[in-house]
Amino acid sequence: MSTKNKKSGAKGTKGDILLEMKDIVIDGYSDERWHEIVKGVDLTLRRGEVMGLIGESGAGKSTLGLAAMGFVKPGCRLTSGSIDFDGVDLMNAPESKKRQLWGSRIAYVAQSAAASFNPAHRLIEQTVESAVGHAVREESEAKVDARELYASLQLPDPDNIGDRYPHQVSGGQLQRVMTAMAMSPRPDLIIFDEPTTALDVTTQVEVLVAMREIVERFNTAAIYITHDLAVVAQMADFIKVLRYGEEVEEAETRKMLTEPKMPYTKSLWSVRALEKPEVKGDDIVISIKGVDAAYGGAVKVLHDVNIDVPRGSTVAVVGESGSGKSTTARVITGLLPPVKGEVLFNGEALPNALKDRNKDQLRRIQMIYQSADTAMNPRQTVAEIISRPLQFYHDMSSKQREARLVELMKMIELDETFLDRLPNELSGGQKQRICIARALAADPDVIICDEVTSALDQIVQEGILKLLLRLQKEFNITYLFITHDIAVVTAISDEIVVMFQGEVVEQGLKSEILSPPYPDYTQLLLSSVPEMDPDWLTQLTDARSA
Amino acid sequence: MHPVISTVIQRLALGVMTLFFVSLIIFSSIELLPGDFGEAVLGQAATEETKAAFRKELGLDEPAYVRYISWAGSALTGDFGTSFSGRNASGVDRSRPVVELVAPRLWNTLFLAGMTAIIAVPLSMFLGITTALYRNSIYDRVMNATTLTTISTPDFFVAYLLILFLASLNPIFPSLANVSDGTEFWDRVYRSTLPAMTLTLVIVAYMMRMTRAAIINLLASPYIEMARLKGVSKMQVILKHALPNAWAPIATVIAFNLAYLVVGVVVVEVVFVYPGIGQLMVDAVTSRDIPVVQACALIFAATYILLNLTADIVGIVTNPRLLHPR
Repeated sequence: MSTKNKKSGAKGTKGDILLEMKDIVIDGYSDERWHEIVKGVDLTLRRGEVMGLIGESGAGKSTLGLAAMGFVKPGCRLTSGSIDFDGVDLMNAPESKKRQLWGSRIAYVAQSAAASFNPAHRLIEQTVESAVGHAVREESEAKVDARELYASLQLPDPDNIGDRYPHQVSGGQLQRVMTAMAMSPRPDLIIFDEPTTALDVTTQVEVLVAMREIVERFNTAAIYITHDLAVVAQMADFIKVLRYGEEVEEAETRKMLTEPKMPYTKSLWSVRALEKPEVKGDDIVISIKGVDAAYGGAVKVLHDVNIDVPRGSTVAVVGESGSGKSTTARVITGLLPPVKGEVLFNGEALPNALKDRNKDQLRRIQMIYQSADTAMNPRQTVAEIISRPLQFYHDMSSKQREARLVELMKMIELDETFLDRLPNELSGGQKQRICIARALAADPDVIICDEVTSALDQIVQEGILKLLLRLQKEFNITYLFITHDIAVVTAISDEIVVMFQGEVVEQGLKSEILSPPYPDYTQLLLSSVPEMDPDWLTQLTDARSA
Repeated sequence: MHPVISTVIQRLALGVMTLFFVSLIIFSSIELLPGDFGEAVLGQAATEETKAAFRKELGLDEPAYVRYISWAGSALTGDFGTSFSGRNASGVDRSRPVVELVAPRLWNTLFLAGMTAIIAVPLSMFLGITTALYRNSIYDRVMNATTLTTISTPDFFVAYLLILFLASLNPIFPSLANVSDGTEFWDRVYRSTLPAMTLTLVIVAYMMRMTRAAIINLLASPYIEMARLKGVSKMQVILKHALPNAWAPIATVIAFNLAYLVVGVVVVEVVFVYPGIGQLMVDAVTSRDIPVVQACALIFAATYILLNLTADIVGIVTNPRLLHPR
């Protein structure tokens, strides 16, 4: 009963320590042995405070976040350290004891809302499950409360949205319902595990605002895990940076942003500083003329798309998911023949369908994909993967190929020894470099890059972008760069095409598009991109409500 | 119309079509059976004229498509024709309608199948859920090993073991399951116990292992982890969060095993001298009693189609994406 009194009664003042983790070591099992994932990290969180936990993937931030609940994923183990949550020793507590805390005093918000809701139950049943299960509230009372939470999270039709099933609402809405679910038992601590990573920037803003307000309103402490610095700057009172399972530094948010101490932290910040000076190109290499496209003949996804791509420059195609960016790429490559319109290459019309194009036409346009993992045959070595275009397009003998492979590896700044490796022996950034080498092997005029950096960490991202820029300078390659990340756009593009619902909203030089006046959608898109300024979200919501 | 209803209607139509093709196959494959019924009945000494007369009497001289249409047409009205056996070339006709032969046997088979299902389905669901809950425990291993042993053992052998232990050494149940129309309900249950136990042992393993696998498969889903992190107990996680999403594969394997109970139990029937439809069909094949064979084959096919259809429908109505479209 004592815990319950604490909950409903004195919530504690902001100064009290709520969670104290000391010298946490967590092992993960892979390659048939145990590795340390988290190597002796300390973490202290006071009531009502929001801590940002940032780092690249593999830094151990999610593992540490879950450990704050006394939980480890299957295949991991808490090796040593101590976890004290408001007087409860979570390190040694039996599962039944921890279960009493989970979903009543500590709640969890997962990254993928779509996967984290049970498809078989209505949203409101899942929202109130923990509050009812832990006897915090009666079911009917909990449901009334849930509807109020939906309303304060700005969900549409808050009285009825809970009667829907997870597949019937959008990703952004689900993420907010999950926040309501976490808040339903009024926990003392919420762990947000990359809650907005899977969302579009425009949706992300709404979710961030909703989460921040509700956390403030109930004075809930939170650990906010993310790899996006700008996002964490909006949410957190202080930030802890992790790398390779160790703490790099911890500081109050403003201080961390203005004067990071460690070189690693500075490097995290510097990615945003990359910016290519724009060049206006006149020699149009690819011209898309009045293209309409549809999948399965029925649903039209592109409407009268016109895009000109000048030789040797980078045209960034931006827009949220579903805006037709990738479909445009499929039309150019011939994977999806357009219903109407045509694609000109050096002024000549390309055959619509892939199978009607000749080898030379195919060679001149190459593609690099978002997921390097699935774009490579896992059973072929790097040498085999890159050799294929050399053989197919250039008919090279094995000796010529060998020489060319070495050259290509130099271009992508990887050692020759990588040639004998299999894709799963490479890191994410290395894999993407191999994909770039494969595209280069064809000697293309144009490379279409479809979200090539969005699966990568900031620092790796920067490396790939720099590599692409260097290659462009050396070989005068043209890029059509599809992305939803505005930071990447400023880093690499000369021209920008903004797409929305299958139509081109505007096209122009970077400096024109990124400066006012904006068409409505461009305005919304640009203003939704989080900035490093901790006051950005507040100012944005003020500006939007005004 | 609700999409589920239209899907169900669609599946029903497909089922009817399948049944039509199956009836064609049944009809033509029996046509292709070697040997001649007339010769089989009348003996090799019969003259060509008597054989021809005999064939004419049975309508075997008509072209195949005419016979198919009249057979299928009357089968639709529930008339499967007259059994060939019992006919006497001397003129005294003791033959009986196929329905009269098949109906009591079918009832016996359905009774045994139903009795087995009532024991086996809840038992395997229980075992499947508990082994998933306590997976990799001693209990799980013992249950898995036991059920694996029972499916790996031939069914007649299981039957003889049960007879040995429960009928011969400890005479608890009768070793002969000779039921008839007049047998009282509880007496029937009593007599059918050993065959039902045999069949249970044979089919429980499939259903239990599928239930266990379907649930464990889901336990790695993020929403199961979410449920655990909401403090839901392990039992509730499985019953409330895993099971509702696991019905489709479980229903399929249950349907498959129920179908086996109707169509595949002839060996067990023989061991216990149980007068089921399997024995009837085997006898009919031996005596070339074509109408009976056709009727049995059609019933078997319809059983399979109907049960699989049911499993499909269960799969649809337990899938909220189909039941509650956007």
